[in-house]
Amino acid sequence: MKMRFVFAALVAFALPAQAEIPIQAVTSPGGIKAWLVEDHGIPFTALEILFRGGTSLDPVDQRGVVNLMTALIEEGAGDLDAQGFAEARDALAAQFSFSANDDSIGVSAQFLTENQAEATDLLHLALTQPRFDADAVERVRGQVISNIQSNAKDPATIAQRRFDMMAFGKHPYGSADSGTEQSVAGLSRADIVAANKASLVRDRVYVAAAGDIDAEKLGILLDKLLGDLPATGAALPPDAVYALKGGVTVVDFPSPQSSVVFGQQGIKRDDPDFIPAYMLNEILGGGRFSARLMTEVRDKRGLTYGIGTYLWPMDHAELMLGQFSSANANVAPAIGLIKQEWADVVKDGVTADELAAIKTYLTGSYPLRFDGNSRIAGILVGMQIEGLPIDYAKTRNEKIEAVTLDDMAKIVKRLLKPDDLHFVVVGQPDGLTTTP
Amino acid sequence: MLRMLLLPVVLTIAATGAACADKVTTFTLNNGLEAIVIEDHRAPVVTQMLWYKIGAADEAPGKSGIAHFLEHLMFKGTATVAPGDFSKIVEAQGGNDNAFTTQDYTGYFQRVAADRLELMMQMEADRMRGLILTDDIVKTERSVILEERAQRTDSDPGALFSEQRDAAQYMNSPYGIPVIGWRHEMAALSREDALNFYHTYYAPNNAILIVAGDIAPDAVKALAEKYYGPIAPTANLPIRMRPTEPPQLAERRLSMADARVAQPYVIRTYLAPERNSGAQDKAAALTYLAELLGGSSTTSVLARAMQFGADAKAIYTSAFYDGISLDETTFGFVVMPVPGVSLADAEADMDKVIAKFLVDGVDQAAFDRIKRQLRADDIYARDNVGGLAREYGASLTSGLTVADVQAWPQVLQAVTPDAVMQAAHEVLNRKNAVTGWLTQPVDPKTEAKP
Repeated sequence: MKMRFVFAALVAFALPAQAEIPIQAVTSPGGIKAWLVEDHGIPFTALEILFRGGTSLDPVDQRGVVNLMTALIEEGAGDLDAQGFAEARDALAAQFSFSANDDSIGVSAQFLTENQAEATDLLHLALTQPRFDADAVERVRGQVISNIQSNAKDPATIAQRRFDMMAFGKHPYGSADSGTEQSVAGLSRADIVAANKASLVRDRVYVAAAGDIDAEKLGILLDKLLGDLPATGAALPPDAVYALKGGVTVVDFPSPQSSVVFGQQGIKRDDPDFIPAYMLNEILGGGRFSARLMTEVRDKRGLTYGIGTYLWPMDHAELMLGQFSSANANVAPAIGLIKQEWADVVKDGVTADELAAIKTYLTGSYPLRFDGNSRIAGILVGMQIEGLPIDYAKTRNEKIEAVTLDDMAKIVKRLLKPDDLHFVVVGQPDGLTTTP
Repeated sequence: MLRMLLLPVVLTIAATGAACADKVTTFTLNNGLEAIVIEDHRAPVVTQMLWYKIGAADEAPGKSGIAHFLEHLMFKGTATVAPGDFSKIVEAQGGNDNAFTTQDYTGYFQRVAADRLELMMQMEADRMRGLILTDDIVKTERSVILEERAQRTDSDPGALFSEQRDAAQYMNSPYGIPVIGWRHEMAALSREDALNFYHTYYAPNNAILIVAGDIAPDAVKALAEKYYGPIAPTANLPIRMRPTEPPQLAERRLSMADARVAQPYVIRTYLAPERNSGAQDKAAALTYLAELLGGSSTTSVLARAMQFGADAKAIYTSAFYDGISLDETTFGFVVMPVPGVSLADAEADMDKVIAKFLVDGVDQAAFDRIKRQLRADDIYARDNVGGLAREYGASLTSGLTVADVQAWPQVLQAVTPDAVMQAAHEVLNRKNAVTGWLTQPVDPKTEAKP
């Protein structure tokens, strides 16, 4: 798994909400579905596409192949080599980006209205006729291996990787989705081509658009862009078994500060109690200054620059995770405080004031997320892959308002397991050792 | 330096863009507070930003880090807002807030529903003069900034090396001192230091108010007059005169080894002119130069020469330049060699590529593509009104005017290949340069010294 913090924002954005933004359901003549927000104020369109599956589709002996394949999508397509493709894209002033994570591959595009047809053709070329030229494969393979080497020396990444490995073992979630130096070195062009065909497929695609385009034009664009992708791809992985017990794991790393990742099992996104669970997390460890952990660990004692927890529901497992860094002398007291906060909430619950404050914050901040074509398209595609209905935006705040102190008490008992909290500490923390 | 880490992207300043903002209105209050309103009525959201024309480069000797420390302390309360309550009140309105400090400015912002602007303005005006600090609060928050330094600098060899290189680049300018401060000076910063800095520099006639979003200029003006208007200006505001660079006559080279380095690299920065009011041409040419030489990992001059082919020398190359700066800035290159290529060879190759470019000149097709992209960036930038607000704020606290910001896209479009080459010959002078090698610890016998 990788880039959890970046994606965490998307999970939050993908929460249901109540904005007064008219979302259209579009079905192309060829049957491809998308959500659209039309806004003709600025002459460009933002397009967001997700393919479910992602790096968890890697065959067991080819860890990293989906990640490498994704990085190669715009390194040459059709009759254009890597430089030719980049020149064509830049000449259109179009912006494309491709990314892969545990559960999906993402394609983001922005193009000017005046270049819409040409930009669509070029993106189509990349999605359907990537060349995977030998020299491009070797060049990008070198970049990926370089990233793997950098991650191996980054304490925050080491902490996260160790947590994943102990939690999920041999399931794809248990290992880095960029692969290892060895696994990436062993990937062949045939492996990459196969990964491409297995993952960029029509029956797992989710699309959202926002900006200067109408439903009819979007439908035509979608057929042109995605119509000739393979209908279906590789089987999705099974659910992952969470195997981590409470405790502490110390990974020695010479540094004045320790990086800590901690967590326990979380809750599924489609669980009926997800909303109260989300509110509980915000009260306890949300990345705001008023959250309990930020108040106790940073504001009152100065033990860290920042601490936050978040719910991390994936397709095949669910986590509740947190992260902070502290000087080696401060780690043990900070961990003590976190355990204490966890235990205090279990013992006493949240207060009526906290519940009222989090309702005001979450309902009030919701519309602020929808300020721009790019952000709107990103939110809409996230809602779709999470299975939320198109009118969910209108009911989201009502669901938050409806949560009672009893609901919170129920979810506290169900979700928070102080004895299950596991802390992975990468550094040289004073007075901490790995628990048996 | 942000007060908090968990909001990424906040400080990315678009290189271009603001002239296309739908509607930009300005006014100045009698007490000297300048205000800019950027209208964007697509969503019922407004961002208030208050920028002070004071940054780390304005600190007194021995007090490094005080500008950023004060930024943290500005959330610690006034007679009407209890310590820590500022952000809570913003959140209770469904909003978000944060703050940031650089060498040239300190900024505070809140993002809220448009109908909550008044309360935000009331609170921001209140803390311009009303900050109350206790020794206990200052001591605890000092631990936080030391943790911040540990997390963002001391744990990152690239960040540590950057501090060392800046110190070498700037022989006289305070840009050679890190924004967050040197650790030993940070540890000694006191309540009195913070309050001295605050009382000296925080004043309406040293600030710029920017309100962006779903609001009419008249409404902003009425609120600004009500809340900021009554604050008396500071009469003896120090003139912003900083030590400047003498002629740089000797190239500087430094190397640093750290076991935490995964990928060694060579990085060179040259002292370079910044955007100046009414004279942005050179900076515009340098903007093209950076794009041409190292803007794209596929098509730039450095990428084509060093990252492609069987004997590719580099895994990564880049050129960088940001013209928004009060004093002289830098133009730079970074090259990360492929395994087996030494930093000496990578640097020699980089220099060969630069020398060849200085002879060959600009590729017209590449120049035209960049010109079109810069024009399109102007359109894409309009999608992010917060980004426009930051561009105005950063520019106006760095010696530029609203007219300069609005002229910038045209200045960029007017750049010629000849102007780019002239700027290249002026700036790419090794006497002005600092070259750094960041390495893993190696056997001294096997690696040459820079």
